Amino acid sequence: MTTHTLSVLVENKPGVLAHVAALFSRRAFNISSLSVGPTSDPKVSRMTILVDGASTPVDQVHKQLEKLVRVLKVTELEQDAAIERELALIKVRVNPQLRSELLDIAASFRANVVDLGQDTIVLEAVCGPGRLDELLARLEQHGTCELVRTGQIAISRGSETITDDMAGPTLAAVS
Amino acid sequence: MEVTGAQALVRSLECQGVDIMFGIPGGAILPAYDPIRSSSIRHVLVRHEQGAGHAAEGYAWATGRVGVCIATSGPGATNLVTAISDAYMDSVPIVAITGQVPTAMIGTDAFQESDITGITGPITKHNELVTEVERIPAAIAEAFHIAATGRPGPVLVDLPKDILQAQTTWSWPPALDLPGYKVPGAPDGELIEQAARLLREAKRPVLYAGGGVIKSDSYAALRELAELAQAPVTTTLMARGAFPDAHPLALGMPGMHGMYAAVTALQECDLIVALGSRFDDRVTGKLSAFAPKAKVIHADIDPAEIGKNRRPDVAIVGDLRTVLADFVRAMRAEIDAHGSPDTADWISTTASWKTSYPLRYSQQPDGPLKPQHVVERLSALTGGDAIVVAGVGQHQMHTSQHYSFTKPRSWINSGGAGTMGFAVPAAMGAQAGRPGELVVAIDGDGCFQMTAQELATCAIERLPIKVLIFNNGFLGMVRQWQELFYDERYSEVHLGTAIPDYVKLAEAYGCAGLRCEHPGDVDAVLEKALSISDVPTVVDFRTHDAEGVFPMVPAGHSNDDIVLGPQFTAAEQQAATRREVIKR
Repeated sequence: MTTHTLSVLVENKPGVLAHVAALFSRRAFNISSLSVGPTSDPKVSRMTILVDGASTPVDQVHKQLEKLVRVLKVTELEQDAAIERELALIKVRVNPQLRSELLDIAASFRANVVDLGQDTIVLEAVCGPGRLDELLARLEQHGTCELVRTGQIAISRGSETITDDMAGPTLAAVS
Repeated sequence: MEVTGAQALVRSLECQGVDIMFGIPGGAILPAYDPIRSSSIRHVLVRHEQGAGHAAEGYAWATGRVGVCIATSGPGATNLVTAISDAYMDSVPIVAITGQVPTAMIGTDAFQESDITGITGPITKHNELVTEVERIPAAIAEAFHIAATGRPGPVLVDLPKDILQAQTTWSWPPALDLPGYKVPGAPDGELIEQAARLLREAKRPVLYAGGGVIKSDSYAALRELAELAQAPVTTTLMARGAFPDAHPLALGMPGMHGMYAAVTALQECDLIVALGSRFDDRVTGKLSAFAPKAKVIHADIDPAEIGKNRRPDVAIVGDLRTVLADFVRAMRAEIDAHGSPDTADWISTTASWKTSYPLRYSQQPDGPLKPQHVVERLSALTGGDAIVVAGVGQHQMHTSQHYSFTKPRSWINSGGAGTMGFAVPAAMGAQAGRPGELVVAIDGDGCFQMTAQELATCAIERLPIKVLIFNNGFLGMVRQWQELFYDERYSEVHLGTAIPDYVKLAEAYGCAGLRCEHPGDVDAVLEKALSISDVPTVVDFRTHDAEGVFPMVPAGHSNDDIVLGPQFTAAEQQAATRREVIKR
């Protein structure tokens, strides 16, 4: 597996995403996924970035991200020491004869039915890396007609947190 | 005290210690130009915003302080882009202030709207679109802090017109809110000791000094380290002047057009001590073949430079000012404990490379005028006591090679970006920053014509720069590549020497115009040019159009493939390739 997962804390300010995106373009870094969301601190957002280590020097991505003024912290999460999840909403065409088989597949991946239509259902699946692709492969034969994925997010296992070695005032208000 | 955003901007610049800025007013930045009228800051009205940007760079190169340029929105801002990119590549601290359309109109394709923060994102150290008038002082203070500290670079502050017109309460100094901005702290002492040990043990060390040595003002420590370690020093294009060229340990410039001794010393050395340099492709040639026998100590303020191109054995992150001071101390301790380094053989080898394979060109008394000759005469006549500015191309390489630099901040050029048109406006900025000193721009005729309009600014603002045009009627470096790599199939490189008439052009701009066509006249014309101090002076040197820049490592080749040039015999070239020393 050559995919590396970077967790990045950034200031929640306009233009930050543009700076990060411009960096990837400028340095010809290949990323396979990027997801952004708020944190418990309204001034801080968290990005999870998946980098293809085969085509991109991960160390450089890490260091160049650190240089962006609005980036607060960059951590690489080791695969074994992290929980990685991705959420997908999948709209599947339903053939009445195969409905129960479809629901069995969903159940085996712990995917929930979140919308039941005349001839389609929408599944909500939360999976670890690779698992989602397996589910999609299984659903393919039933005719997946629309798919949306959030991009992977990740958090470290155990008691460590991403803010552990950050100075207090970094996240708190600077007086 | 209630002030407008525009007043807050100008006051912030004053409080920041700005004494001069270069710019052109226009619609969106208009509010700022009203308080500029009564400001203590000298505003230099340039003729093109690119000139403002390069002038800010020239000022920063020459003084070490942050240069400031200012422009309006849209085309005003985009005209700064080349200079900002240039400053980014060469880590030059400048702050660019741009006007922007009113906040309510952003995104509507309003008149003279451009997304300048988006456009300059990849070429600035940082930029910001200010959307609250109260933030102006902090945005300016942060811009200067970011531009000047750590690895320096350009910062752009974009100010919408309504923000400049809004009212705010003035207060200074503002609190800096930069929780994510990191400047490296003290270097790791153990790594420095390790480095000192490697340097003392090395038999064939080379100090590879880059622009960081000049930016950190650590040239005195560099010299001390070199003399303690008895290690030869090569100064990159960005570091010319960081180590005196006349010093016995000086190897000169490395790289594509570097001295044979510098290029070869790097190929043959057992230890490279990289100081504020970045293993640029123009220095390393084919990276995989660069310095194959060397261990590498890499000291830089930017952690991302460490290992970017060449993986070091010892990586030291820190400000060179501290790193070099510590390194000198550690080196002394190392020598006290274990004795002096044994590099005598190495020094005599590198010294004999210098004498066997020097720069060579041929100036016949009645033959065409050689650019190298003009540089050497300028070097002799000034004794290195001048600020020399160059653009990009053959004239730049000839100057870097043949001028004997004696001190830091006496050389200004466009290194990483390779921006034609850099020299005239950068010289203007340097002259503004160091009034009363001799500023000499050496420029190609191709480069000169890209930004020559700033001669008007120089004349009106009483900035008496000297511009020596090496007029060979060609885009010379491109011509040289077509000669060497495209079988002399010259394509769109001929400019002609006659149009424009540079003497008349100079006079039209209120400058003195001189011409020199014969080798015998060089000294007299140079002396005349150097003696004019009331107006800028332009000299049209009609130089030989077929003269190339050598030595040369063809692009993409190993530095082992260095070509000495037509002034050397096939036997000499063979011997040089085999690293033999020719006894004379």
